[in-house]
Amino acid sequence: MDLDASLSGETLVVRLYGELDLRVSDHLRPRLDKELDRQRVKHLLFNLRGVDFIDSSGIGFILGRYKKVKAQGGTVALTGPNRSVHRILDLSGMYKVMSGFANESDALKALEGGKQV
Amino acid sequence: MKHKNTVKLEFPSIPDNVALARVVVGTMLANMDFTLTDVDDVKVAVSEAVSNAVLHGYQNRSNGLVYLTITAEPEGLEIIVEDYGRGIHDVEKALEPAFSTLPERMGMGFVFMKSFMDKLEIDSQVGRGTRVRMFKASLQAMRAVQ
Repeated sequence: MDLDASLSGETLVVRLYGELDLRVSDHLRPRLDKELDRQRVKHLLFNLRGVDFIDSSGIGFILGRYKKVKAQGGTVALTGPNRSVHRILDLSGMYKVMSGFANESDALKALEGGKQV
Repeated sequence: MKHKNTVKLEFPSIPDNVALARVVVGTMLANMDFTLTDVDDVKVAVSEAVSNAVLHGYQNRSNGLVYLTITAEPEGLEIIVEDYGRGIHDVEKALEPAFSTLPERMGMGFVFMKSFMDKLEIDSQVGRGTRVRMFKASLQAMRAVQ
């Protein structure tokens, strides 16, 4: 499991890979928080295309970053989950607090356009 | 499947073993009469139970032991996850959505176990440990009921 982070405008695009469980969340949390603090990031976009599995630890990891970004006035969006990951996100109520997009460019357009997503 | 198959595992309470538990359960499920969604559901449930043992039972101490017993039979799959950690003070409360004693845990663990499995039993004693028993009925068993 790893993480790719790149800045696009004011949005940090984070591509995650592998199985987002307890071990991986513990490992990624300090790395992503460092990226969020280091770069002048306003919004956060998670691309989950490479994620094969997620459980409540992974949900907690995403939600924790959401709280952090939101506290600084930014927005978090999601894209690319496979069918089973999408189902867990949906059941957890994640789409009630953040929007899902068909692809990165649609998400970036909405985030960078300053629209409420 | 013709024969009942029981697998027992004992492993230290480290986060790496959550994935190990999923792999073993996933391998056993592959030979059984389940849909792909069922397989996903059971993997999430076992992940939650083992994560709870590591995080809550042993409070992230790596020297605890987690016991996983998986039984595959024509009726379905039974999973038992046991720890000898601190136990749960109030099981009823732990089952409520959004209840968690840890930040970033959201209290979704038991909610997933409950909604993804057909049976969930929790036996816990403070200071003694916790035993979670879950059961997922196979398609064959579901058809027999209808």
